[in-house]
Amino acid sequence: MSTLEIQDLSISFTKYSKGLRQETTQVIHNLNVSISKGEIVAVVGSSGSGKSLLAHAILGILPGNASVKGRILYDGQELTEHRKAELRGTEIVIVPQSVKFLDPLMKIGSQVQTSVRKGNAAAVQKNIFEKYKLKPIVEKLFPFQLSGGMARRVLLSMAVVSEANVVIADEPTPGLDADVIKEAEISFRKLADNGSAVMLITHDIEFALKTADKIAVFYAGTTVEVAPVSDFSGKGENLRHPYTKALWRALPQNEFIPIKGSQPLADHLPKGCPFAPRCEHATFDCSKEVPEEKMIRGGMVRCLYAT
Amino acid sequence: MRMIFSFIGRKVLRLLSLLFAISVITFILISHSPIDPIQAYIGADMMRVGPEQREKIAENWGLNEPPAEQFFRWGSSVIQGDLGTSMIYRRPVTEMIHEKFLHSLALMIIAWLLSGLIGFILGIAAAMKKDKWPDRIIKGYCYTLAATPTFWMGLLLLMIFAVWLEWFPIGMGVPAGVLTENVTLADRISHIVLPAFTLSIVGVANVALHTRQKLIDVLSSEYILFAKARGEKGFTLLWRHGIRNISLPAITLHFAGFSELFGGAVLAEQVFSYPGLGQATVEAGLRGDIPLLLGLVIFSTLFVFAGNLLADLISFIVDPRLKERKPV
Amino acid sequence: MISLNKRQKTVLVSGITCVILLAILVSGLLISNDRIVTNLDARNLPPSLTHPFGTDWLGRDMLIRTLKGMSMSIGVGLIAAASSVMIAVSLGIMAATLGRVVDGIISWLVDLFLSVPHLVMLILIAFVLGGGMKGVVIGLALTHWPSLTRVIRAEVMQLQSAEYVQTSRRLGKSRWFIAIKHILPHLVPQFLVGLFLLFPHAILHESAITFLGMGLSPHQPAIGIILSESMRYLSTGMWWLAFFPGLCLLLVVRAFDLIGEHLQSFVDPHRANE
Repeated sequence: MSTLEIQDLSISFTKYSKGLRQETTQVIHNLNVSISKGEIVAVVGSSGSGKSLLAHAILGILPGNASVKGRILYDGQELTEHRKAELRGTEIVIVPQSVKFLDPLMKIGSQVQTSVRKGNAAAVQKNIFEKYKLKPIVEKLFPFQLSGGMARRVLLSMAVVSEANVVIADEPTPGLDADVIKEAEISFRKLADNGSAVMLITHDIEFALKTADKIAVFYAGTTVEVAPVSDFSGKGENLRHPYTKALWRALPQNEFIPIKGSQPLADHLPKGCPFAPRCEHATFDCSKEVPEEKMIRGGMVRCLYAT
Repeated sequence: MRMIFSFIGRKVLRLLSLLFAISVITFILISHSPIDPIQAYIGADMMRVGPEQREKIAENWGLNEPPAEQFFRWGSSVIQGDLGTSMIYRRPVTEMIHEKFLHSLALMIIAWLLSGLIGFILGIAAAMKKDKWPDRIIKGYCYTLAATPTFWMGLLLLMIFAVWLEWFPIGMGVPAGVLTENVTLADRISHIVLPAFTLSIVGVANVALHTRQKLIDVLSSEYILFAKARGEKGFTLLWRHGIRNISLPAITLHFAGFSELFGGAVLAEQVFSYPGLGQATVEAGLRGDIPLLLGLVIFSTLFVFAGNLLADLISFIVDPRLKERKPV
Repeated sequence: MISLNKRQKTVLVSGITCVILLAILVSGLLISNDRIVTNLDARNLPPSLTHPFGTDWLGRDMLIRTLKGMSMSIGVGLIAAASSVMIAVSLGIMAATLGRVVDGIISWLVDLFLSVPHLVMLILIAFVLGGGMKGVVIGLALTHWPSLTRVIRAEVMQLQSAEYVQTSRRLGKSRWFIAIKHILPHLVPQFLVGLFLLFPHAILHESAITFLGMGLSPHQPAIGIILSESMRYLSTGMWWLAFFPGLCLLLVVRAFDLIGEHLQSFVDPHRANE
């Protein structure tokens, strides 16, 4: 049984459009993904496609003008807003994108210590700093004084000390150099090995491929494919969705071939399969309805013609 | 420590250049005014004073010299601490300002503290319950107050508490007709209550609104979002991340409000005939007492500057982002 | 009942308020001075049906006097605020676009004007110009431009460094084109918001300086005059002399505040989607 299961999630926002009218935009449509204990699932998609919203929805911290449909199950039980409020910070934690998410007037040491759930907060914090090779002086620093790598390690340590069952990392790698990224990979692996279910939300495919067990490919507000990492090999023959294949082939170390066009915006989605306008295999049927999920060879895909 | 000294040093230089500029401008303005200073000085006795007498007075004050020379004269005595003699009160300007400042200071300190404290608390309460009833009431109260003319508020309070209820005296700083030695602290307090209250009530509005907005901004910030994601909530969330992050801006803003405070004091003192700097400014303006007016303009500039200086200094000392500028 | 969303409510409320304010301004101008006639038979009357605001010691109807006074305040406030806003916009734009030296001078001037309390400066200017309408309007115009100038300067600077403006410039568009198509549309709302937010301050300060005796002359039924005269009669219990005129002043100021805030929430993107 999976630790975290997201079923048919849809998130929409209400805002003002021209003049005096209000408009609802659906940003996430019928999203399905699940993570089990000890597993790392990477949700991969381009920046700004709404992936952070997924994290916020799980934690129950979406803004006021958001409306959520669908179910999220934790340990088999539905996560109501009430339960989310109880579990966040304790059993479900998030590793935020940057130090902007830390209190600018509070010392790093105290901030990490507030994440500790069991044991002596100060001792646990000093311990983890040692493990991540953060000098003792870092405790007394303020967020704005941290360099990119230090910041990453501090944020990660906050998730680690909480010993949570579900760890969601929102864009863990932007702006980091290779060594720090390697460290991050190892840390996430360790987290999973310790029993946590880890969700990595990222646009960095290479990082995802090195760290995760499963990749959920995110396009235009929904998952178009969920595949084990092993399928990402060769020329992408084992992959299922045309977008995933295109993504794989576009990588520099592969054929480095891009495809035309760009991802449609949330309020300008085409009818039917959102990838159809850019897909070389698209037919008339593709534009009729959004394809249902199909299980193929141990992975999920939304495509009428996937094999 | 050295940084603080250089900081203060720079500010002092700014102050000097500011005072110089203000003096020059004020002087130029005044020398173009249609009011005859001699007329203002002599007042009703104008009729009895012959032309030779007037010439003598003019010469005595250097009124026949070109403006630049007058300014130089005035300027050099100012540097030596002599701001001239008030025409209305016939006493040295410095003495007058000193005496009246103490009165106004008492008034302004009370109002500043009260409005700051109450405004802060109200602002927090409003932000915490944003858009619910407590917020609406507080907002409504504040917006109404901010639109209230200070002098009208004073008049209302005067009517209710002094005339109708007779709880407080109608005006002045001390009971009329009582010798200075016999004026008690209780007397002084009873005379200061209404003007201080007037100043405070109106001052609360701005502080509360600013505090509310700042707290709302903080509460919608990313670090609060993350704190909530860590399970922090309620009062602990507010205290740990909210209040700390708004306290500094709130205090510095309040210090920067000395300008408004002084303006309010002018009006409050007028309504209650309270013998402070505000009232002196009005008198000096109405009756053309140039030395006093000049002195008061300079003093009020100094006062506002002091407030801004304190605001900047506190920010500088307390905010780690300003103190430790280099990242590690 | 059609339900309105927040934006529609805003426009409705602002519209109604504007109409009311205009009504006051116009009616004050239209009512001739004959209506404020001394009527010694009707002296010192408390509020009643015939005299909703009571009468004063000369038997003059307070409602009419208040209306004329408010109309005057609105008129003077309008002229002063408009002048102030124009000064602010010009100086703000100049500071942001004409280079460092001009910016330095203007910023220094802004700091200078902000270091003297408004009222003190008003008293000074009124003194220098001999009081009266001229002194008040000029004084008001000269004291209220600094803060708005800062705001406009910041706005224009931000606009100039915005990517789309840079791109426009690099694509070869003329300065004029950029000014009209990119910068002006952003400034017009700021201009309006600034105007409506300055108004209340101008009106309050005008009545304050008149109250102190250095503003509009006592022959005109300005609110400040009405209130300062009422001080003499307070101890005799004629509360209506001060209460109603001041209340009207408060309501008018509040009305302008309201319009200004609503305009602001329209324009400010952070609050636009509440």
